[in-house]
Amino acid sequence: MDWASIFVLAGKELISPITAVYVLCAIGLSVHFGYTGLLNFGQAAFAAIGGYGLAIGILTFHMPIWAAVIFGLFCSAVFAAVLGIPTLRLRADYLAIVTIAASEIFRYLMTTIGFAKVTGGSNGLSQFGDEFWAANPFPDLDYGFGPFTYRNDEVYVMVIAWVLVAICAGIVALLMRSPWGRVLRGIREDEDAVRSLGKNVFVYKLQALIIGGLFASIGGMIFVLNLSNVQPQSWGTTFTFMIWTVLLLGGAATVLGPIVGTLIFFVLISLTQGLLSGLVQAGVLTFLSDPQVGQIRFILIGLSLMLLVIFRPQGIFGNKKELQFNV
Amino acid sequence: MSQAKTLRSLGKLFATLGLLLAVLFGSAPAMAADASPSPSPSVSYGKDALLIRGTIKNDKTPVEGVKLHVTGNGFDQTVATAADGTFTVEVPKKGQYDVEVLVDSLPKGVGLRNPDVTHRTADLTIVNIAAVLFPLGKDTRVVQPFGEQLMIRLFAGLNLGLLLAVAAIGISLIFGTTGLNNFAHGEMLTIGALFTYVFFAQMGLPIILVALIVMALGAFTGYAQDAFLWKPLRKRRSGLNQMMIVSIGFSIVIRYVLLIFFGGETKVVNGTFENVTLGPIVTTVSSLTSMAVCVVTLIGVALFLTRTRIGKATRAVSDNSPLAASTGIDVERIIRIVWIVAGALTALAGLLYGMQFQASWLTGFQILLLLFAAVTLGGLGTALGATVGALIIGFVVELSALVLPLDLKYAASLVILVLVLLVRPQGVLGKKQRIG
Amino acid sequence: MSNQIAIGEAAPGCKKVDPILVADHVKRQFGGLVAVDVEHVEIPRGKITALIGPNGAGKTTFFNLLTGFDKPNTGTWTFEGKNLAGMSSYKVARLGMIRTFQLTKALSLLTVIENMRLGAQKQLGESIFASLIKPLWVRREHEITEQADDLLKRFKLDAKREDYAASLSGGQRKLLEMARALMSKPTMIMLDEPMAGVNPALTQSLLEHIKELKNDGTTVLFVEHDMHMVRHISDWVIVMAEGKVVAEGPPGEVMKNQAVIDAYLGAHHDTDLGTMKKKGE
Repeated sequence: MDWASIFVLAGKELISPITAVYVLCAIGLSVHFGYTGLLNFGQAAFAAIGGYGLAIGILTFHMPIWAAVIFGLFCSAVFAAVLGIPTLRLRADYLAIVTIAASEIFRYLMTTIGFAKVTGGSNGLSQFGDEFWAANPFPDLDYGFGPFTYRNDEVYVMVIAWVLVAICAGIVALLMRSPWGRVLRGIREDEDAVRSLGKNVFVYKLQALIIGGLFASIGGMIFVLNLSNVQPQSWGTTFTFMIWTVLLLGGAATVLGPIVGTLIFFVLISLTQGLLSGLVQAGVLTFLSDPQVGQIRFILIGLSLMLLVIFRPQGIFGNKKELQFNV
Repeated sequence: MSQAKTLRSLGKLFATLGLLLAVLFGSAPAMAADASPSPSPSVSYGKDALLIRGTIKNDKTPVEGVKLHVTGNGFDQTVATAADGTFTVEVPKKGQYDVEVLVDSLPKGVGLRNPDVTHRTADLTIVNIAAVLFPLGKDTRVVQPFGEQLMIRLFAGLNLGLLLAVAAIGISLIFGTTGLNNFAHGEMLTIGALFTYVFFAQMGLPIILVALIVMALGAFTGYAQDAFLWKPLRKRRSGLNQMMIVSIGFSIVIRYVLLIFFGGETKVVNGTFENVTLGPIVTTVSSLTSMAVCVVTLIGVALFLTRTRIGKATRAVSDNSPLAASTGIDVERIIRIVWIVAGALTALAGLLYGMQFQASWLTGFQILLLLFAAVTLGGLGTALGATVGALIIGFVVELSALVLPLDLKYAASLVILVLVLLVRPQGVLGKKQRIG
Repeated sequence: MSNQIAIGEAAPGCKKVDPILVADHVKRQFGGLVAVDVEHVEIPRGKITALIGPNGAGKTTFFNLLTGFDKPNTGTWTFEGKNLAGMSSYKVARLGMIRTFQLTKALSLLTVIENMRLGAQKQLGESIFASLIKPLWVRREHEITEQADDLLKRFKLDAKREDYAASLSGGQRKLLEMARALMSKPTMIMLDEPMAGVNPALTQSLLEHIKELKNDGTTVLFVEHDMHMVRHISDWVIVMAEGKVVAEGPPGEVMKNQAVIDAYLGAHHDTDLGTMKKKGE
């Protein structure tokens, strides 16, 4: 078995822009769930709206990229408002069911042949990144060392992705240390108490839903720019629950939790998968085939979600007292 | 110490489920995937080749020369079926592909059994081989008057609604007695459907026997879940939201275990359809049987809940669990019974679904949201509400096809769910205080 | 004594010299059950008013209705002349009518001092955009922290300042909830069973705090079961039974009312106070 390549792969996964995408979505979910207690099961849709908003803005409305970014973020905020206004006054699990339903509706709408002129149907959209790639300031060279050598385009996306992670984490840190964040944490503990103190709980919840959704939409934009295409099937519910897993792993009510959780998760997944693949190729594991090893990733996601929620709901780094699930 | 206990019981749960699968399959997990009746392509493809394939048959005779147009991910190719009715297309990369049957290439007098479905999606995002089915039948390509179309849709809606009702009652009873929104409910249906495939399509057992085995299996999965997962969690006083997320994790685990054992392609649970004509409606014996079984089951559940002591106790626990406990009802026992009954009913729904619409590892998960919509629409936690909600969803899904593209019919029912929550959050039949 | 508060004879629904809260025809039904059906009631300004009555009399429901936490089937009520009917609970609180809850709602996973800061009104930092710019709200934060520290000292919670509210005892949580409510400097404070579950040592200090509130000019309305406590601190007593106001008056006089005596001093806590009153007359 090639141990070196297994570790190199894990290391590459650690800094890949896709990892940063998951971090951004998890940061958004930490605003929703960790700080405000909102059960958002539609984070995939927020990311998808970012990606589709960007692509449709450029391809259909011929916007310059900065306008398309704003357009994507605007759509995401509208989506949050449409979901939030009817459900944020209801019990928490209604939001859960409505968000998951809405995220599936969105996916169906993007897949249907009826709107294929705009959305590309099940093929999705591509060819929207020209302006983005043209703006690459890195000269056309190889960067890095040894196995960690990247083309200038890869470096460009990676730098943008991780800078955005830093900015978003910074914003969350500022928000949560402010009186605004205090109100959110109060709402997480007991809405009625916060209401009795004269705070408009509904507006705060809506703001939290929008803000957390925006982070996910930024993540979605990086995702589609990095792949140079956007397709409906990337944004299934599995994506959402993967975000839940990484968030709960790191600690939902911490600023660093989403980052650390994602990093640990991807390294662990990459190592297990490398190991299993190696064992299959070496003929040790005869009952699995190579694609089945890929499916094991999802079993691990489900299993870690279960175990984390049961045994360590506050995450690896969270303060046990800071996050408990309320009934 | 309580952690170790929960962990042990979780271990037991997975060990039980693993054992179950191992016993049923005898040996290698991949066997089941290989045993599927797939045509052997004349060209040989690499081990990792991404293939879309299928067989076009009119009743039992293979049809040659039917053209299929495969597009997606920049790929575009038209193929025709071989003499044995099979076709295979190798595609370059993972992703979803659209397969369209070119209706004009069908022989004279032969049409699609479901003339609306000329497109199918082949999903190769996770698996390497996807099977695509276009069942043929008598040519029904005549433009029907709207009234007849409406009748057909209403009939299909009733069929789907009854099926959803049988599956949704389990969700509703579990929510009523324990407060849990069980996201792993769809997988109980998948298990029912896939094991119907094993016992009926593969082993050829008589359907009555298959039904008994599958329901027993479903009852067992319900029992095992409650005994090794949910009861220990209730004992730890886990929150309801916490348990809901656990059920999501559980659903993912079961789904992908099923994928590994059964493979990703759609299984032909029931390959023969006997058509029955009722006025403008052309339906099948399996559909009519399914509807009859659903009606009998629903009446049975209603009698169980209203006439038997255990049923009445179940309703008492749903209404007010502490009060029920104080009147001497063994709440834990009732919950256990509810899980067993829910498991059996959902597995039966899986069987009925598979017999009409075939099955895959994703079947239950695709229906899950419709079930939630049904339960929420009817009012969470009431069995009658779930039935009414399921019928509404069934009709919405089918009737929406009159005005919307077919691939949006599930979306339509989810939109209805969101709209109802907006207007009447407690559901059609729910009591208002349940939302507080 | 009664003359200083009520105009004329003390009777259910009587007019007050200086009412702060006036409610008319407030009715709330749950299915067929009438939980609250108050014809007319006025709460005197600057006094301590006790709302008493047997279990299920509708006191807490009446509280919920007045503060916007529940919606009545019919009825109007005004606070300092402003109509409150149909107003959201948070707006009611902003007008200076702050309530506490029967089951304490200390925000367990916030520290005691964070709980207190949350009680303060007019915080610019609570608006989402201003919250990102600390200089905009840091001065107000210092002000409210000082105010909070004063209150914590007064309520003898200053030693617990940095602890999670979850670690407080039941009585301390009641104190925290009351102190938190005072952060907004309310004109009227509504306490739902402030003494329930509080140990006797703390009860005395709670009583003192309530009296102090009155000295500061705050109107107090509280729900209570314990008649001794009511007699000890309240200026006016309103008795509810089966959702209706059945008796009103200064504590001394209300205590002499046969219906109230039967309900509270007799063994039959749950007896129908309404019908017994009629018999007593």
